[in-house]
Amino acid sequence: MRTNSQPAAATEGFPMELDIRNIAKDFGGTAALHGVDLHVASGELVALLGPSGSGKTTLLRIIAGLEFPTRGQVFFGEIDASEKTVQERNVGFVFQHYALFKHMTVADNIAYGLRARPKARRPDEAEIARRVETLLDLVQLGGYGKRYPSQLSGGQRQRVALARALAIEPQVLLLDEPFGALDAKVRKELRRWLRELHDRTGHTTLFVTHDQEEALDLADRVVVMSNGQIEQVGTPEDIYDAPASPFVFDFIGEASRIPVTVKGGVPFIGDRAVSAGSGRRAPDGPATLYVRPENVLVRAGAAGEGIPATVATVHRSGSSRRLGVRIEGVDAVVEAIAPAEGLPLQVGASVAVGLRAPGVFATG
Amino acid sequence: MAIRFVQPSVIPGFRLALGFTLAYLALIVLLPLGALVFRASELGLSEIVSLALDERTFKALEISFVTAFLAALFNVPFGLLVAWVLVRYDFPGRRLLDAMIDLPFALPTAVAGIALTALYAPNGWIGSYAAMLGLKIAFTPVGIWIALVFVSLPFIVRTVQPVLAEVDREVEEAAATLGASRLKAVWSVILPVLTPAILTGFALAFARSVGEYGSVIFIAGNIPYVSEIAPLLIVIKLEEYDYAGATAIATIMLAISFVMLLVINLIQGWARRRFGRV
Repeated sequence: MRTNSQPAAATEGFPMELDIRNIAKDFGGTAALHGVDLHVASGELVALLGPSGSGKTTLLRIIAGLEFPTRGQVFFGEIDASEKTVQERNVGFVFQHYALFKHMTVADNIAYGLRARPKARRPDEAEIARRVETLLDLVQLGGYGKRYPSQLSGGQRQRVALARALAIEPQVLLLDEPFGALDAKVRKELRRWLRELHDRTGHTTLFVTHDQEEALDLADRVVVMSNGQIEQVGTPEDIYDAPASPFVFDFIGEASRIPVTVKGGVPFIGDRAVSAGSGRRAPDGPATLYVRPENVLVRAGAAGEGIPATVATVHRSGSSRRLGVRIEGVDAVVEAIAPAEGLPLQVGASVAVGLRAPGVFATG
Repeated sequence: MAIRFVQPSVIPGFRLALGFTLAYLALIVLLPLGALVFRASELGLSEIVSLALDERTFKALEISFVTAFLAALFNVPFGLLVAWVLVRYDFPGRRLLDAMIDLPFALPTAVAGIALTALYAPNGWIGSYAAMLGLKIAFTPVGIWIALVFVSLPFIVRTVQPVLAEVDREVEEAAATLGASRLKAVWSVILPVLTPAILTGFALAFARSVGEYGSVIFIAGNIPYVSEIAPLLIVIKLEEYDYAGATAIATIMLAISFVMLLVINLIQGWARRRFGRV
């Protein structure tokens, strides 16, 4: 293993901040992105998270210069990269399906970007070989230089692809579903490894994923996208604990919905007021309350404080029980998590329910 | 690698399929070729060699093989370009153009020969302009070459086209993000992948051109020592009832073709190992 005193793998290019200004993209009349703004700080690791068709990959490809936006600009630091070609942008791009050059050895793949440079900036062959060795060590594939991509596993191929992208000393590193084609175990290993690698090399990194666990686990900040728009930008904690929209509530983690009426800024379930959580206020009128199962507190007995409800379903799952609780007065079943032992919870039992950190959003 | 002939397999019918294939090959390919060699052997080796070294035969063989080689060689970049345009660009009439590629296959070769002669003869549309420049196309090896380019074009296009269509766009994009210019990406990333297909197309085009008769005899003019091709010489021998001589020339052609195709196959095998790791 390398020591920390050694500079990390041929990355003299300093990390670059990234500014995306009002980027929009139409594909033959249908809009893939509607005016997206995003700022990524230097050295940050940011996830673009969203379902397929949310525009996340399109945004990544626009940053790389592989697609051109209908309007808007991309800034690398102070420099407007919008008019630059993909070759000039000097971005490291990692594709979901590796896109390795199958007819070249691993070493030649990694050296490709260096050899493609104009003569004046091209290192000599000895220097290229040295850098390839360093990069192979960095991606833990020392000694694999003479192999061909077909002789490697999926995880190894993706590491070669990453080494190839890092070889050009990129200003930003862009990864499109980098673990999407790998099996679950390898994906987790590689995820942790990528985080470590990022902490060592410090590249400004954007990666696209549709896997919320991956995004929340790996990224400094998560950008949740849907239908060509950014729904929320925040730390993984922000995104999970304080979703900014119904979409984020539904897309990240689990949530149950209860129809409520907002009067004077306070949501009511039937005629019972509930604490609306922090900050957000829905306008008066019909609204929907979202709450996560682990934030639904169930107490036995109808008496005492809490919203009266009855147990509709009980499932034992591992160390806990999952309950479906029907709220009295409204047609809504709320998911809750209760300990496996303790509360005498049977279907039909009367309970009182408390809601923590709910989100209330106007219906419609 | 050891090949075990009888092994339980999910793909049944190995023995039946192999047996049928071998029987079919023997009947359709080996039997006629065997008969050819058998007839030629009536002459004896020394006579065959002296016939091959006979100046007229030698010249005809040279013209046949050199023009065929040059025609196939010319069709490599040209066919590649056609395949590229057909695969990569969408334009009105693309399907029509695609269908036209096969016309040299479908057209009776004699028709092609007559049409080409009409064009390139000294009084033809193109030939008359060439004549003004002092160039003679028809009735020279150049004319033969043009006819062969015409008939062998589809081979390169049709072998390269499907492979090119399968080339992953992401690989080109990867090359671009790494700073490679368009030309460099095509040269270093796409062409190597196409090499085995190009070689196959070349071999097919060459083989077809060597044996081509119908389209060539009209435009060639068939002047002994100048524009007389080996297949024509065979026909002439046949018309003189010199069957042994005809089969002897045929056997010589067969031997040369076989050696050349073998060499191309070896190069292809090397290219597959070198470029074709998929």
